[in-house]
Amino acid sequence: MNTELAIGLLMGLGMLGPGIGLGFLVGKALEAIGRNPEATSKIQTNMILGLAFTEAIAIYALVMALILKFV
Amino acid sequence: MATELHISISAERVFSFGRLNVSNSMLASIIVSSLLILFFVAVNRSLNTKDKKIRPLQNLAEYIVEGFYGLVQEVTGNHQKTRFFLPFFITFFLFIIMNNWFGLLPGFGTIGFVESETATEHAVLLQKEIDSPVQTVQAATDQPAVATEEEVIVAENADVKEETSEHAKKLFVPYLRAGTADLNTTLALSLFTMTMVQVVGIKYLGFSYFKKFFNFKTPITIFVSILEAVSEFAKIISFSFRLFGNIFAGEVLLMVIGALIPLLVPMPFYGLEIFVGFIQALVFSMLSVVFYNVATIGHDEH
Repeated sequence: MNTELAIGLLMGLGMLGPGIGLGFLVGKALEAIGRNPEATSKIQTNMILGLAFTEAIAIYALVMALILKFV
Repeated sequence: MATELHISISAERVFSFGRLNVSNSMLASIIVSSLLILFFVAVNRSLNTKDKKIRPLQNLAEYIVEGFYGLVQEVTGNHQKTRFFLPFFITFFLFIIMNNWFGLLPGFGTIGFVESETATEHAVLLQKEIDSPVQTVQAATDQPAVATEEEVIVAENADVKEETSEHAKKLFVPYLRAGTADLNTTLALSLFTMTMVQVVGIKYLGFSYFKKFFNFKTPITIFVSILEAVSEFAKIISFSFRLFGNIFAGEVLLMVIGALIPLLVPMPFYGLEIFVGFIQALVFSMLSVVFYNVATIGHDEH
């Protein structure tokens, strides 16, 4: 039961930061596209790279949860 | 039982080659490597020097190489460096993306065999279990108190072992597993990348590259150099866990969705996984080139 609680807390708390980060990233990117629609493709590629990095933090939490669950 | 999912965080052994255990992810990455090698050998063969016609294969290969050349050139801003980094970039990118995408093919993780290696061990343990009650009964008739307790414990142990081997016996081992969904593969890739960063640094800066790690001018620089050294190891971990986590999480996601609603619903998730596989391959190879480039720039210059 302890491990299950740990997994729940780990996922819940671990997703908080990346969630906020992803929201900021997309919001700012959309703002930039709104200001300068010609630069859409450049902004988009950089945004996706940033998304991958931010998402990776959530993935670390997920990997830890999976290790706790299955190992 | 129908809803019980087969999720294994580590790759399983498929067969042994002498003392070398070949896991299912190794098998898949060997297939991917040989396909890539075959493709580029075919491209090399199709290069036609007699008449100046460009064949389709050469055209495709040139498209790939030129696209990546532009991408790396944007990072380095130096044609000589680009020509040096480009082979690493393309190799990493193609290897990782093919491994990611191969894991999505039907048959990966679904076609396999049931591990039967523990069967003999199982039989032996069963024998033990059959033996031990007889002993217990005998002990009980001979000497009542102490011996019985011991025998009972032995019997219980045998019971537990039997149960575990029963569980191990039913272990399902797929023949193939995406190469990058195994921490060993991604760790190997990231170790190679970070070693290459040091090699590139020494190649471009000579021994003054190590000033980054051993700088004893002021207390602040000592602290900074310690941080630099630690971050070099942190990069290995973040590289390997990012790739492994993304691909493995994708596999788990597809498996769970497939178990919940097998019809039509997993389709958009497959699209997502194709996208994630591409992005992760791009991120890995892009980051490695960025680190190579940073290593070529001296510490005093920036």
